[in-house]
Amino acid sequence: MTAQTLAPTRAERSVLDALEAESIHIIREVLAEHEKPALLFSGGKDSVVVLHLLAKAVAPARVPIPVVHVDTGHNFGEVIAFRDAAVERYGLNLVVGSVQDYIDDGRLSERADGTRNLLQTRVLLDTIEAHGFDVLFGGARRDEDKARAKERILSLRDEFGGWDPRNQRPEVWNLYNGRHEPGWHVRAFPISNWTEADIWAYIEREEIQLPPIYFAHARQVFERDGMLRAVTPVSQPTEDEPVTIRRVRYRTVGDASCTGAVASEADTIEKVRAELALSTLTERGATRADDRISSAAMEDRKKEGYF
Amino acid sequence: MPHTLLRIATAGSVDDGKSTLVGRLLHDSKAILADSLDELTRTSTERGFGGEVPALDLALLTDGLRAEREQGITIDVAYRYFSTDTRSYILADCPGHVQYTRNTVTGASTADVAVVLVDARNGVLEQTRRHLGVLALLRVPQVVVAVNKMDLIDWDEQQFSAIVADIEALANQLGLARIHTIPLSALGGQNVVEPGAQSPWYEGPTLLGLLEAIEPSEHVQEHLPRLDVQYVIRPQGALAPGLDAEAYRDFRGYAGTLAGGTLNVGDNVSLLSNGRPAQSQIAGIHTVNGPAASAEAGEAIVLELADEIDIARGDTIVAGALPEPSKELSAEVCVLAERTLRSGDRVLIKHGTKVTQAKISGIEHVLDVLDYSTRPAESLQLNDLGRLSVRTASALAAEAYASSRTGGSFLLIDPVDGTTLAAGFVQDRHVAA
Repeated sequence: MTAQTLAPTRAERSVLDALEAESIHIIREVLAEHEKPALLFSGGKDSVVVLHLLAKAVAPARVPIPVVHVDTGHNFGEVIAFRDAAVERYGLNLVVGSVQDYIDDGRLSERADGTRNLLQTRVLLDTIEAHGFDVLFGGARRDEDKARAKERILSLRDEFGGWDPRNQRPEVWNLYNGRHEPGWHVRAFPISNWTEADIWAYIEREEIQLPPIYFAHARQVFERDGMLRAVTPVSQPTEDEPVTIRRVRYRTVGDASCTGAVASEADTIEKVRAELALSTLTERGATRADDRISSAAMEDRKKEGYF
Repeated sequence: MPHTLLRIATAGSVDDGKSTLVGRLLHDSKAILADSLDELTRTSTERGFGGEVPALDLALLTDGLRAEREQGITIDVAYRYFSTDTRSYILADCPGHVQYTRNTVTGASTADVAVVLVDARNGVLEQTRRHLGVLALLRVPQVVVAVNKMDLIDWDEQQFSAIVADIEALANQLGLARIHTIPLSALGGQNVVEPGAQSPWYEGPTLLGLLEAIEPSEHVQEHLPRLDVQYVIRPQGALAPGLDAEAYRDFRGYAGTLAGGTLNVGDNVSLLSNGRPAQSQIAGIHTVNGPAASAEAGEAIVLELADEIDIARGDTIVAGALPEPSKELSAEVCVLAERTLRSGDRVLIKHGTKVTQAKISGIEHVLDVLDYSTRPAESLQLNDLGRLSVRTASALAAEAYASSRTGGSFLLIDPVDGTTLAAGFVQDRHVAA
């Protein structure tokens, strides 16, 4: 026995305790029932929380699965550095699927609008196939989007990676069923029932490290489509878009070519939580140009095998 | 009071105004942020909702997939989230038209409270009976019947009382103990979040007021502290970075979620190991926050035992007497797939964390959802509720669903393609002599 300190027991469990226990239950079921799981890890706060939960689910053992990152080549440098540090800290194997490689050798071509989010799907599916992963953990939450609100915790993908919303398995009690035909795979979303506010409350409680761009910092930005966009090699202002230096932070981390920042003074977790409590915009509406293409943008991408 | 989580499931059809009711709950509890509200206002105006007096079509808030909007139907359960000062709510919005049983079972199996919609003009319909029947089978702890569209019957107290009487008669027949009935108008917002002046004769709470006050309770009384082993943790050679290898040299932990009661270090436990009963003692408990003296129901934990016993995923550890292992079960089932279940079918059964081969040994009856009578049946089809018996390859530590949700629930699975065929509720076990 290795007990040094005894944790207090709680007479009444909080929302975070209940969500955490549910997520760990799901993670253990999926790890136990699948041959070759992996975690989709972007360095974004949701995938960071899933990694933290994975580590708790198997403690004191090491996280027994690799992490997969589909790198668009347009990521924020701070996020890539964070990803690599997390891999080191948890002692993980990292599998990178590189959109840039696909563009360089002609398997994919750059879109006219320069965004690479839609190019990720092919790279993701090829990576899954090449490594023979039968289940991928992801950090998707149901409060993010209308299509995600209808997706099961264990979501089946056909051999083309497609999601069929009309043919989802019933998910009853806490009995999960990830069995599938050869060539299919499963996406497992253990934090389906968490909200953005829950995620931040948990990050604060567990003192989870995040990439620095989630907190207010000074950055060169310009305004486009009502969003603040960072000046980066892949996101350049036109002549009519004046560049200013503003205090900003990101609510989601994605492709730098289509992820917007919000003006913010919140440079600590407590301040971020206070800011969110007053926010009048949804996370994706505020900062993701890719989700604004149409109100069915996420639904269409999911059907094609997106995250 | 700490902030607590309440899981709600709504059942009813679009015609009952369910989408509007859910939209009203979200809107009036301020769960809708400005950009979503802008989109709602824009779409409502485009479609001319409200006619002369433009109004918000709150049903659009729960409109999901494009295929659904195009056909004006709801395909699948949608999950919504909102919170108040005292509670966080997870709302499973279960459509009534297509795949009604599959959807209701999916949405309500984890619910603390189910809200069933009834159109005040129509009163209790076949669908209401079906929904209440499924909720009774699931033993959802609390049921609220929302009698909607009261404005369309001029808030008539007599008509409402007649519906309440019908509902109470059904509840009695089904053994639904805790049932509440509320007259409301989702469209106008009366008695949903804010009380309505139109029903001075109604002295009960609003829908949200009731949800705020309801005690979140266990689905059914979980008698035994029970842990179905999910995963065996042996970190030798693969210890998490930063831990002392020497301290964990012989560590062997059994991970699972504790259903029911409390476990303490030092407790004597019974276990079912590979079909055979054994005894041991708890040597250590690890919660998500580290080593602990005890753990409570609902916690995801890791147990260390005092004895070296061969324990694997699918085995069961309980404090107190072990449910007698059995290879034959009699159970109510809801058929959830477009397959026919017949006597002699070979299936897989997932009970707790154990998956074993099984054979349907007999179909006993099917339930008539109109009058809740049973009639003999040869087979069960999609959406049927019925009773069957199953023989299993390995013995299961099953309990009656009435005494343990964890020990009394199971899935039947197609062994070839993995389809979930049915959800099962154990009624009885046949213990081999």
